[in-house]
Amino acid sequence: MKKIISTFLILCIAFSGLFLATKLLEPKYMSGILEGAMIGEYYDDPTDHNVVFIGDCELYENISPVYLWENYGINSYIRGSAQQLIWQSYYLAEETIKREHPDIIVFNVLSMKYNEPQNEAYNRMSIDGMRWSSSKVNNIKASMTEEERFVDYVFPLLRYHSRWSDLNSDDFKYLFHRDKVSFNGYYMRVDVKPAEDVPEGKPLADYQFGDNAYTYLNKLTKLCKDNDVQLILVKAPTLYPYWYPQWDEQIADFASSNNLSYINFLEYQDEMGIDWQTDTYDGGLHLNLAGAEKMSNFFGKLLVEEYMVPDRRGEQKLENYWAGVIERYNSEIERQNRNLELYGSVHEPDEK
Amino acid sequence: MPFLLLASYAFYFIADPRYLIFIAITTVSTFFAAKAISDKKVSFDVWFKEHKKEYEKEERKALKAKEHAAEKKIFLCCLLFNLGFLAVTKYTNFTIANINNIIGAFGNQGQISFVDLIIPMGISFYTFQSMGYLIDVYNGKFEAQKNLIKFALFVSFFPQLVQGPISRYADLSQTLYEEHRFDWHTVSFGLERILWGFFKKLVIADRILVPVKAIIANTDSYNGFYAFVGAMFYALELYADFTGGIDITIGVAETMGIKVTENFNRPYFSKNIKEYWNRWHITMGTWFTDYIFYPISASQFMMKLSKKSRARLGNNLGKRVPVYLSSFIVWFTTGIWHGASWNFIVWGLGNFVVIMISQELEPFYRWFHSKVNVAGTLGWKVFQIIRTVLIMSSLRMFDCYRDVPLTFKMFGSIFTQSSLSQLSAEVFIGMGITAYDYLVVFIGMLVLVSVSLIQRSGSVREKIATKAAPVRFIIWYGLFMATVIFGAYGIGYSASQFIYNQF
Repeated sequence: MKKIISTFLILCIAFSGLFLATKLLEPKYMSGILEGAMIGEYYDDPTDHNVVFIGDCELYENISPVYLWENYGINSYIRGSAQQLIWQSYYLAEETIKREHPDIIVFNVLSMKYNEPQNEAYNRMSIDGMRWSSSKVNNIKASMTEEERFVDYVFPLLRYHSRWSDLNSDDFKYLFHRDKVSFNGYYMRVDVKPAEDVPEGKPLADYQFGDNAYTYLNKLTKLCKDNDVQLILVKAPTLYPYWYPQWDEQIADFASSNNLSYINFLEYQDEMGIDWQTDTYDGGLHLNLAGAEKMSNFFGKLLVEEYMVPDRRGEQKLENYWAGVIERYNSEIERQNRNLELYGSVHEPDEK
Repeated sequence: MPFLLLASYAFYFIADPRYLIFIAITTVSTFFAAKAISDKKVSFDVWFKEHKKEYEKEERKALKAKEHAAEKKIFLCCLLFNLGFLAVTKYTNFTIANINNIIGAFGNQGQISFVDLIIPMGISFYTFQSMGYLIDVYNGKFEAQKNLIKFALFVSFFPQLVQGPISRYADLSQTLYEEHRFDWHTVSFGLERILWGFFKKLVIADRILVPVKAIIANTDSYNGFYAFVGAMFYALELYADFTGGIDITIGVAETMGIKVTENFNRPYFSKNIKEYWNRWHITMGTWFTDYIFYPISASQFMMKLSKKSRARLGNNLGKRVPVYLSSFIVWFTTGIWHGASWNFIVWGLGNFVVIMISQELEPFYRWFHSKVNVAGTLGWKVFQIIRTVLIMSSLRMFDCYRDVPLTFKMFGSIFTQSSLSQLSAEVFIGMGITAYDYLVVFIGMLVLVSVSLIQRSGSVREKIATKAAPVRFIIWYGLFMATVIFGAYGIGYSASQFIYNQF
């Protein structure tokens, strides 16, 4: 009996040590690069969403779910991550549909340009935050670059062990919890950097999207149809990376042949009222808050009028939930504006 | 046992399926040759016992010689076939390069094209292991193994396939073929040894490898004092890498209840080069001694040479000639065994020169110690150890730079270009690792030295095993966590194979 207890104790201590080391060494994404923390935040939202946006920075920096809620009563969430590849979007959509049943999934098509795994750091930011499920397993398998190993996802300590020399106060502060960095998936920036001298796209040798990308677009379409979820393909209005007419044509053809909606917001810049002198914070790559709210206004109206997304304002549970998000949203606007005044940047001086 | 053979072949198959053909040829040819020799020996002995009274002494001698000659034919055929096989795979392009150099030196334009040959992983190790077995059977040390599967396992036993040690059949067969039952003590000791090996490899060797590579690749920047630093870093890296790999090999075998010969005995505590070679890569050293040095020394040619040289040069000098010639051959082959390039040959011959000089200086040392009473003092021992480390590290620069003239240049720069103004923390950081990394290496090195010192009075694992459970847990769990956290592996670190894999 004594031996059993001591073995049990030893195992407990050993696994606790490994658990603690993993927690300490994994990146927290609480300052600087916040994008890595966004995928994981989704699980904290207890509400059922009518619209879920899935895609890369062209969604999570360009649409404000808070604005959609406040002005149209749309309960939405953005499951976005940096350079989210289409197979990652597919598995996030698959997981989302398993967890809830949104009326609409909005997918940004820029990632169609990638046909193969790209970058380990971006993979991590898209995948690490997911909870374990078959969707996550398949997402990892589809996303791994040649240098990556599946086991490193199962045991993050094997990947992040070398962070021991980069540990800072955040790693201890956020050992067991995280602050919210997004607003239902929206990454906020209030600063302005006008779009000037945006380069034209360089001619490409081949404009055809890859087979792998199409495979996952087909899978995403089938997934939504099979589950009675409406899929809307969108291209955000941002100026760069360049969206080639040949790409646009392929997506339009795909949408048409699959009976899907495709909205290229680049064509609605004037209707939305986007001013590239004031509505972008990085010279046309992404919209700032002003731009995102303009786009949300335009898209929100479309969602309500053409896609019949219900106005759910008045549902007490949702009101309570959104009150908290709105409070954080407004405080963040204040914080960023204050920092801009004090330091000329939305970041505080010690923020990396 | 068939499972172990399958595992070994699967291990080899995963590395490259073509390798299996090579190891199978060596295995089958050696097995049947040894069996033929052994069967002939046994049947001759039986026949001879029955019939020896029928023959006169001279006739009996002739019969034995005839029998021996027949065995020798089989032995030499197999030996030359397998060594030829090794030579062709490993040394063809080296030979072509040298022929091309000679052709070029005479101003001829014609060049022989290099051939694209695969070099099977660990071919030097398993060929030497097989040939050692063949020689022992030929010399009648034991009868040949009659079971091909058992013999194939001896040749291909996977933990030691890629970097040794070069096991002897008489040693390995004692535990390789017996039935192994699960024994927690053996398994835990094996796992501990594996963990220790990974600590050395991942925490120390692969971390210090980064500045070693930087120093070797940038000889214009890292000369003088930094060439010396590179040699010392390489000494640490090679030790941690090679002994770590052997620890893993021995540990894996130990978990299965198989005892593999030790290959190191705290070599950096050696007081002279001869002692160093008795403690470093022991199985290779003894292989060359037993299967090359002694047979050559005792050959008829050497006997005749010994007679002649004594007659012409006098007893004192003359007796050295055959010994030195045998040693020269041994060190030449040791060098070329390490790699098909001149740097390894010069490295081997460098060892020969140093050992010969130290032997020739023996009378001087005796005279010195009769005058200065320092022998046996701690200071003198420390001096001897440092001297040995410095000499061996200098010789290893041939291994580092892989270029003979460059090695001489960099070695020379230590004496001509070193200056205190070269010393800078920034330069060390510029070698690719951080100050924290150096700290980890330093602490790792202290652990290595401490373990080596404790080892002098017996097995460290045995000592730890006598401690209370919490102490044992702290030690092994601490080592495990240190390896997992501080190991230089995964993304961000370039995976490096064990250095001795290439042989």
